[in-house]
Amino acid sequence: MNLVTATWQYLTDPANWQGQEGIWTLLVEQLLLSVTALLIAAVIGLPIALWLGHLGRGSFLAINISNIGRAVPTFALLAVLVTTDFPGTQTFGPYGRAGLSTLIALTLFALPPLITNANVAVREVPAEVKESAAGMGMAGSQQFWRVELPLALPLVVSGIRLALVQVWATATIAALVAGPGLGRIITDGFYRTNYPKGIAGAVVVAVVAFGLELLGSVAERAVDPVRRTVPRTRARAGAAAGA
Amino acid sequence: MAVTLPAATAPPVQPTCYNALTNQWFCLDYLKDRHHDLTTAMIQHLQITAAALVLGILIAFPLALVARRLPWLRGTILGTSTAIYTIPSLALFPLLVPFTGITATTVVIGLGLYALTILVRSMLAGLTGVPDEVRESATGLGYGRTRLLFRVELPLALPVMMAGLRVATVSTVALTTVGTLVSYGGLGNLIQDGVTNNFKAELLAASVLCVVLAVALDALIVGVQWTITPWTHRRRTS
Repeated sequence: MNLVTATWQYLTDPANWQGQEGIWTLLVEQLLLSVTALLIAAVIGLPIALWLGHLGRGSFLAINISNIGRAVPTFALLAVLVTTDFPGTQTFGPYGRAGLSTLIALTLFALPPLITNANVAVREVPAEVKESAAGMGMAGSQQFWRVELPLALPLVVSGIRLALVQVWATATIAALVAGPGLGRIITDGFYRTNYPKGIAGAVVVAVVAFGLELLGSVAERAVDPVRRTVPRTRARAGAAAGA
Repeated sequence: MAVTLPAATAPPVQPTCYNALTNQWFCLDYLKDRHHDLTTAMIQHLQITAAALVLGILIAFPLALVARRLPWLRGTILGTSTAIYTIPSLALFPLLVPFTGITATTVVIGLGLYALTILVRSMLAGLTGVPDEVRESATGLGYGRTRLLFRVELPLALPVMMAGLRVATVSTVALTTVGTLVSYGGLGNLIQDGVTNNFKAELLAASVLCVVLAVALDALIVGVQWTITPWTHRRRTS
């Protein structure tokens, strides 16, 4: 039978969506994992990155952390975490088999885009703007909360968006080491030569990835303080000149 | 009656540090005994990475030129490549399987598509970053479009383009491991085997080699760039 038709049949069969190993359960599990990891990473990474950015520092950290994040294969880190005695493959709350290992890996890979973008965003607020704020009598903290952060926010949110895409991808790969989430439909399908199932899993993962990306770009536009007042092209040109 | 214990007669065999009982993370004996596995996997890894990057460059370059020449197509080209980049690697490979099957081609095309996104952006940024004065001077000197591109614009855009190539190379090396889903993952195949059989020495050796490979290729590109763009460092010293 044609692979595409078979995949379509798998996706349209309600039986495949329900139950313990159904698409819905795994989808919720993976979304939960992704959101939790993103929140933990944001709580750890954003304050440090923003504070260093406010002090005009952190370029060394920002460059190196993203280089390391790119060079270390997500699959290798997941494999090492799962094979150690702790965290290993134990089930962890609602996060499923090898839940803790997966959460740790996801959080680590969410950090580079978050930290890099947040740090660069605050550091590159134009010096004239900061001087004006200081000239108006703003203290350091006021300057950060009322001037630097609002101007940096679009880039910070763009970092969160990148981190979310990264976390979603890593969460999918977790299935290669018998972890939780939708990737399991993919690996199950491939290891048992049930290719329609594997491809169906991939379709669901890709569709959700697009959805998350879309959500991220909507959020990014919503927080842009310049876009609300200035036409977009001029705002972009201004941003480029300031960089 | 003399009973000969096998242990007494057989030559004493030192248990290796990678046997199932000790199963150590760091094990030099593993590297010595199984270097053949590691070499084979590394060669496959390099082949897949190189093929994906070449494919990425071959598609990205004309796309970047088209995007620069036709602004109305720019959004479509950048948007489509970014959309592909959003799909997780473990999902992109299965989506290609109906067309390319369980082959290395699936991995090469998938990784090539990821590299493409990074490369198109950096090529476009490099080309649009060439100052207009330079372009006008060259045109004034009688340079045609092709000669202008290859003799003036490309050399000047090279540093930005190479920066993109470095990012693409390092991430392609890392992502090649996921190709193990279709059994073409280079060192990823060893990592997968290490997880399945709880073989720690193999897992760690393959993982570390992956990072080493990424760093080495990155250094190689920096070296090549330094050699082919002498003006970028000669100017500083004189």
